Amino acid sequence: MKRFAALIDRLIYTRSRNTKLALIADYLRGTPDPDRGWAIAALTESLDFPVVKSAMVRALLATRIDEELFRLSRHFVGDTAETAALLWPDALRRKQDDPSVSEAVAMLSAATRADAPLVVAGLLDRLDADGRYALLKLALGGMRVGVSARLAKQAFARAFAVDVDDVEEVWHAIPPPYAPIFAWGEGRAGRPDLAGTLFFRPFMLAHPLEAASVDLADYAAEWKWDGIRVQIVHGSGETRVYSRGGEEISGAFPELVAAFDQDAVIDGELLVRGDTQGGEAASFNALQQRLGRKSVSKKMLAEFPAFVRVYDLLAVDGEDLRGLPWQERRRRLEGFAPRLAASHLDLSQVIDARDWDDLAARRAGARDAAIEGVMLKRRDSPYVAGRRAGLWYKWKRDPLTADCVMMYAQRGNGRRASFYSDYTFGCWSDEGELLPVGKAYSGFTDEELKWLDNFVRNHTVARFGPVREVEKTLVLEVAFDSIHSSKRHKSGLAMRFPRIMRIRRDKPAEEADRVSSLREMAT
Amino acid sequence: MSLRYGVDAEATHNAAFAYQDGFERGGVRFSFHPAGHVLGSAQIAMEYAGERIVVTGDYKRRPDPTCVPFEVVPCDIFITEATFGLPVFRHPPTADEVAKLIAAVRAEPQRCVLVGAYALGKAQRVIAELRAAGWDAPIYIHGALERMCALYAGHGVELGELRLVSETEKGAMRGQIVLAPPSALNDRWSRRLPDPVTAMASGWMRVRQRARQRMVELPLVISDHADWDELTTTIAEVDPKESWITHGSEEGLLRWCELNQRKARALHLVGRDLEEEA
Repeated sequence: MKRFAALIDRLIYTRSRNTKLALIADYLRGTPDPDRGWAIAALTESLDFPVVKSAMVRALLATRIDEELFRLSRHFVGDTAETAALLWPDALRRKQDDPSVSEAVAMLSAATRADAPLVVAGLLDRLDADGRYALLKLALGGMRVGVSARLAKQAFARAFAVDVDDVEEVWHAIPPPYAPIFAWGEGRAGRPDLAGTLFFRPFMLAHPLEAASVDLADYAAEWKWDGIRVQIVHGSGETRVYSRGGEEISGAFPELVAAFDQDAVIDGELLVRGDTQGGEAASFNALQQRLGRKSVSKKMLAEFPAFVRVYDLLAVDGEDLRGLPWQERRRRLEGFAPRLAASHLDLSQVIDARDWDDLAARRAGARDAAIEGVMLKRRDSPYVAGRRAGLWYKWKRDPLTADCVMMYAQRGNGRRASFYSDYTFGCWSDEGELLPVGKAYSGFTDEELKWLDNFVRNHTVARFGPVREVEKTLVLEVAFDSIHSSKRHKSGLAMRFPRIMRIRRDKPAEEADRVSSLREMAT
Repeated sequence: MSLRYGVDAEATHNAAFAYQDGFERGGVRFSFHPAGHVLGSAQIAMEYAGERIVVTGDYKRRPDPTCVPFEVVPCDIFITEATFGLPVFRHPPTADEVAKLIAAVRAEPQRCVLVGAYALGKAQRVIAELRAAGWDAPIYIHGALERMCALYAGHGVELGELRLVSETEKGAMRGQIVLAPPSALNDRWSRRLPDPVTAMASGWMRVRQRARQRMVELPLVISDHADWDELTTTIAEVDPKESWITHGSEEGLLRWCELNQRKARALHLVGRDLEEEA
C-alpha cells in the first residue's frame, strides 16, 4: 500500500498532465501484478465494494474516537475518508506488516455486511495516515486525483511503449487486475485475443476543417450533432454503451441498453429528445441532465429521453467492418438500419448537397438546437482510431458572439498560476444592472493575456479570496457555440464553450450587449 | 517589534526583558517565559494575591534551532492558544519534512523548489533546519525576508549563505531552494524563477484539500504552533485549575478538556459573559 499511497499523494498535488502520466507510468513499471492492476482500477474508479460505505466508516470511527471530535474534524476537513485516515489512532501499528493493494482488495471483496467493519479496522491498524487515506479512498471511491480512464491507458502505453489505441481496445475487454494486458505490455505474451467478448473500439476522430473547401466527390457530408459520441456494443445477450474515452456508461442509459439487441457495434451521437423541439433532438443543455450519473430515475427517463443517431457500423454478426471504405460501411449501415428499434436508434442522414456553396448555405441556415455544424468524411477511408490527417473533418457553424463587460477575474492553474486568466463577464439587464452571463479562460494570445492580467491588477475594486472584482469598464467580445437558458445564473443564461475573441478597448462598457438580446439567441 | 510593526510601535512603552525576568504594576507581578514559537516569543505570567495566570500566546513544544524551548509554568488559570485544536492535526517529525524538501529539489534539478514560509520565524526555522540536515548550498530569498533573516543572524542563529532572488540570474537557481512569503507564491514575482515547484511550510498542509486550495505541489507540515498532542500534553503538564482556550479551534480542545474532566472554557465566550455582567 505504501507505493500506492505515495502515488496518490503525488497525483493529488500534481496539476500537469504530463507529470501525472510519468508518475503513473513509473508506478506501473515498478509494481508487480496484481497490485498495479488493482491500483489502476482504483484510480479510474472501476472498483466497487458495496459493503464498505462512508456511514460504515463513520460508525467504525466512533469506536476509536469521540464522536464530537470526529464531527468537528470532519467539518473542518470536509471529506470523510481523509478525516478518518487522520484520526485513526496508529499507536498499535505493527511496522513490518504493510498490506499490499491486492491483499486489501481481496479482503474488502470477501467482506460481508456483518464483518466489513472488522475487516476495515484490521487493515487500518496496519497502515500509517497516508496508507489509511489510500485504503479508504480505494474502498469508498471518490479518489479525485484527476485520472480519467483515458489518462490511465495513456500512462500504460507510455510505460510499456505500446500504441494507446491498442491498449484502448483490449482494456475494456479484460477485467481488473488486467494481468493479460500487463503480460502483453511487458512482451511476455501476445495481445489478448478478444474474439467472442464485448469490447470498446477506439473512436475515429476529426480534424477541424481549415481549407476553404473540399471536393464533395471525395467527401460525404453529414450533420455534426451536438451530443456525446457513443459506441454501443451487443453480443451474447449483453449490451454495453461506451462514451468517448471508452468509459462504460450503460448504467446511466438503461433505455438504450434495452433497445439494442443486434449482434453489432454501432457508432453514433447520444442525444435527448426535447418537447420544445417538437420531439426532435434537444440542445446539449438538456442532455447534460443525464450525464455523470451512475443510475437514473424514472423521472429523468421520462423528462429527458435519450436516443442515438447512428452514423457508422463497425461490426455486424461477427464481422469487423472497420477495414472497409466509408461508402461501403454506409451501404451496410443503411441495410442494417431496419434492424434498429426506431424509438431509440435512428440513422443520421447524409446531406445531399449539390455543391460546396449549397452545403455552405445549408450549414449557415441550420439553427437546429442539436446541430453543431457539418462533418466531412472521406468516402474511401477505412475506420481508423484517432485523428488522421485528411480523412474526417468537422466544419462547425460560425460561433455566435456578444460584447460583454469583464466583472471578475481569477488566477489560472499550472503555468498560468501567476496570471489572472479566468474571466467572468456580464451583459446589461433592462434595469441597467450588469448580470454575469459566462466565464472564459481561452481565446486570447499570450500577449493579450499579459495585458488582461495587468488590467485586472490595476482595476481591482474588491477581493473575495482568490477572486478579484474589477471596474466594469472593459468590453470583451466573446464567441460561443450556443446559449441556453439556465437556472444556475442570475441572467438565466448559460453559454456553451465561450472564449474571448477580442478585447474591445475601443468600446465603452455601456454599449455592451443586453441580456435580452442574448436571450433571443438562446436555443 | 520595530521591524515587524514599524518604528512607531517602539516609541513609548518599550522595554526589553530577559526570560524569567519581569516587572510589577498595580500589585500584579508580570514575568516572561519562553514559548518556543519564534525567536524572542514569550508566555506572560501574571501573579496577584497568590494566584497565577499564564497566557501562552502562540507556542510549540518541538525542538526549534532558532529559539529557546517552551517552559512549563505551573499556574491556576492557563490561557492557551488552539490554532491546531483538532485531533486531525498531528505534525510529523520536522526532519522528515525537511528530507522531503531536499529530495524534491534533487529529483528535478532543472527546476527550483519555492517554499512559502512566513517572514517572521518560519522562514528562519526552515533555513536552520535545512542547514542542520546538511543543505549547505546558498538559499535564495525574497526581499521581504531579508531584514528578518539579518535580525536572526544578529542574534547568533546560523543561517549560512543567503542570496537575494532579485540579484540572481534565473538559471543559477535551478536545483536550488528559494524562500518567499506565502503571498508571493503564485504572484508575478515567482515568474523570475526557473519553473518552480511550489511548496508551503505550514501546519495546515496536513489537510490535503487545504494544500490543494493553495495550489501547493509540495506540502510541508512544518509549524510553529503546537499540534493536537502538544496542546493536550501541555494542558496536562501545566495542570491548571482552569484552562481558557482561544485563537483557533476552541471547540475541539474544549471537548478534550471535558472528556478529561478538566475545567475549561472558550475565551471568546468569557468576553461575552463579562459584557453581560457589565
